[in-house]
Amino acid sequence: MVKDRGHPNRLGIWGWFGGGSWGPDRYLYSLHRVTGLGLLLYFLLHIVVTSSRALGQGAWEESMARVSGPVFMLGEYLVFVAFAFHAINGVRLLFAELGYGIGKPIEPIYPYRTCLDDQRPWALGALVLIAALIVVGALDFFVWH
Amino acid sequence: MSNGNLPEQIVFRIRRFSPGRDKEPVWKEYRVAYEAGMTVLDGLWRIKESIDPTLAWRASCRMGVCGSCGMLINGSAMLGCNTQISELASSVVSVAPLPNFPIVRDLVPDLQLLFDDHAALSPYIIRADSAEQENPTGEYYQTSKEMETYLQFTYCIKCACCMAACPTCATDALYSGPMALTQAHRYNTDTRDDGFEVRKQVLAGEAGPWRCHFAGECSRVCPKGVDPAKAIQFMKRQLVADALGLRKKRPLAPLLKKPEGIQRRPGIAEAPEPTVG
Ligand code: FES
Repeated sequence: MVKDRGHPNRLGIWGWFGGGSWGPDRYLYSLHRVTGLGLLLYFLLHIVVTSSRALGQGAWEESMARVSGPVFMLGEYLVFVAFAFHAINGVRLLFAELGYGIGKPIEPIYPYRTCLDDQRPWALGALVLIAALIVVGALDFFVWH
Repeated sequence: MSNGNLPEQIVFRIRRFSPGRDKEPVWKEYRVAYEAGMTVLDGLWRIKESIDPTLAWRASCRMGVCGSCGMLINGSAMLGCNTQISELASSVVSVAPLPNFPIVRDLVPDLQLLFDDHAALSPYIIRADSAEQENPTGEYYQTSKEMETYLQFTYCIKCACCMAACPTCATDALYSGPMALTQAHRYNTDTRDDGFEVRKQVLAGEAGPWRCHFAGECSRVCPKGVDPAKAIQFMKRQLVADALGLRKKRPLAPLLKKPEGIQRRPGIAEAPEPTVG
């Protein structure tokens, strides 16, 4: 790898959101990364909060009281939404990355067909499943609870 | 003028950068008379010839073959020579150098990174019979079915549009990127090649396909229909199968010997001189 020469022009994080052809799969990619980072952040906070149990019953109840209330409930729901997206889209990616649902090498004849066309039904199916989970989750969090 | 819905003049917004003069790239506007069939590259030539001779870009064949004229046109990575202004459906055309590569000047990116990543993945036939490769005595035999497993990936013209569009390339300088990985897969799949173990040294590491999470932008922008995202996912399958000891060992394409004892029928002209052997 050579050192960059000339004026630097790497897009950085902005490149997650634009700069190519603005296709829908780019946004699934970005959302997958953002939800992954969100879940990681939640996981770290979860460890901090639950580790208070080691300091005794009082500390535990105090930290539980601190993370209750409607704002934290909404936060937990967002964690669930992130989980639903990351898990189901992750399974889709797992299969795609093992070469399933992406078609076979073809003769490129214009207008070009790509593996994204083969993947489209799977991506749509995953999105429907995610939406269903998010709705059921909302009912569970806010209605049935 | 038969220019459909386009006005008589097109505004070119061009991201200019001159090393030594500019600290940061700046946008400059140029007005160019529109003509039917005009490509973005034609517009740049018009500007250079009649408005600003200092404008720099890279192009050669002007027919989508050499891969020199990759640019960011209205926010998307495309070939300037392959993009008609009419298909942009806008009277304002913004042109910037391909992102994710350093800017040498104006619209000229430094593609050295691309070529280094490509070279690091040994994009050529590797076989143990090096004597045969140095002094070939014939051709390796490959069926058309075998060729179809990699043919699509051979159409790459190294224009770097895929690398400019890839969100992983946007943040990760270590990632080899779709172009180099597709070419590595092209050779790994070729039945004449036995270099998987050599390329695996790079592919199994940070530079390999694992940073690809199937954003698919490489395949969307590729002007030749090469579909790098497909090659990269197949490459992952190959690497996973290899790690699990499940990779199918395919027989290496044998050397095609010249048929013996066959007489040329009278009246048939001699074949041209063979290029090998
Ligand atoms: S000038 Fe050769 S591809 Fe555009």
